[in-house]
Amino acid sequence: MTLKASSRQVDGVNIVDLNGRITLGEGSVILRDTVRDLISKGRKHILLNLGDVTYIDSSGIGELVSAFTSVRNQGGELKLLKLTKKVHDLLQITKLYTVFDVRDDEAQAVQSFPKTK
Amino acid sequence: MDSRAKNRVTYTLDSTLESVNMAEQKALEVSGKWGFDEDAQHHISMAVREAAVNAVLHGNGYDPNKKFFIAYEMTPKGMVITVTDQGKGLDPQSIPDPLAPDNLMKPSGRGIFLIRSFMDEVTIRNLDPGTEITLVKHVGHEAANSKEEVK
Repeated sequence: MTLKASSRQVDGVNIVDLNGRITLGEGSVILRDTVRDLISKGRKHILLNLGDVTYIDSSGIGELVSAFTSVRNQGGELKLLKLTKKVHDLLQITKLYTVFDVRDDEAQAVQSFPKTK
Repeated sequence: MDSRAKNRVTYTLDSTLESVNMAEQKALEVSGKWGFDEDAQHHISMAVREAAVNAVLHGNGYDPNKKFFIAYEMTPKGMVITVTDQGKGLDPQSIPDPLAPDNLMKPSGRGIFLIRSFMDEVTIRNLDPGTEITLVKHVGHEAANSKEEVK
């Protein structure tokens, strides 16, 4: 039930594969720490793969917003990949769907980031 | 810590995240048992989770000396869930609109909004001290518009 996060790099983009629930407590903390760790290493092109995220609560939504803002404030970009229907609906209800750059195809998502030198 | 009648289940819970998870899980189980479809079960359990988080975090402030109480009841009207905490109380009028442009990118403040979105009726009652929130999911149709009553 807890969140698992693993990072990999593809063409300079840091893809974070998330699996589980992003909820108040451990799930939100894991997401926060993962994004902070990437930012601290200067990795500011981040693609969060939510394809295996089964559940997000209001705290999890808040964590996504915080991550988006943190990365943007550092001059980077954070995008979302492969939303499940439940997560998609949640972002629609909260009017955040148009705030995030949401992608379905990983290769196209990677190409959409600015090229790193 | 629970009492059971045929169509009513109640729990007294500690102010912990484990209790929040338990309240959510019970909502899922009970709504399924009482015939709600998968989408409705998800909406009910998510609304219960948000109400329980409010009780534990904003109401009781994780105080180990304070409990929260949850009742699941099946009535002819639908499923009625009541979550009561022992906190300082909540003024529903003071809750900002999370869809307002100034609030859209705030990291918190969406719990009550989601509850209203997912349930057919939401009543928030200030018990002074404590807050009672009552959630109703009607039988047989999805919530088109949530209605809130403030007492």
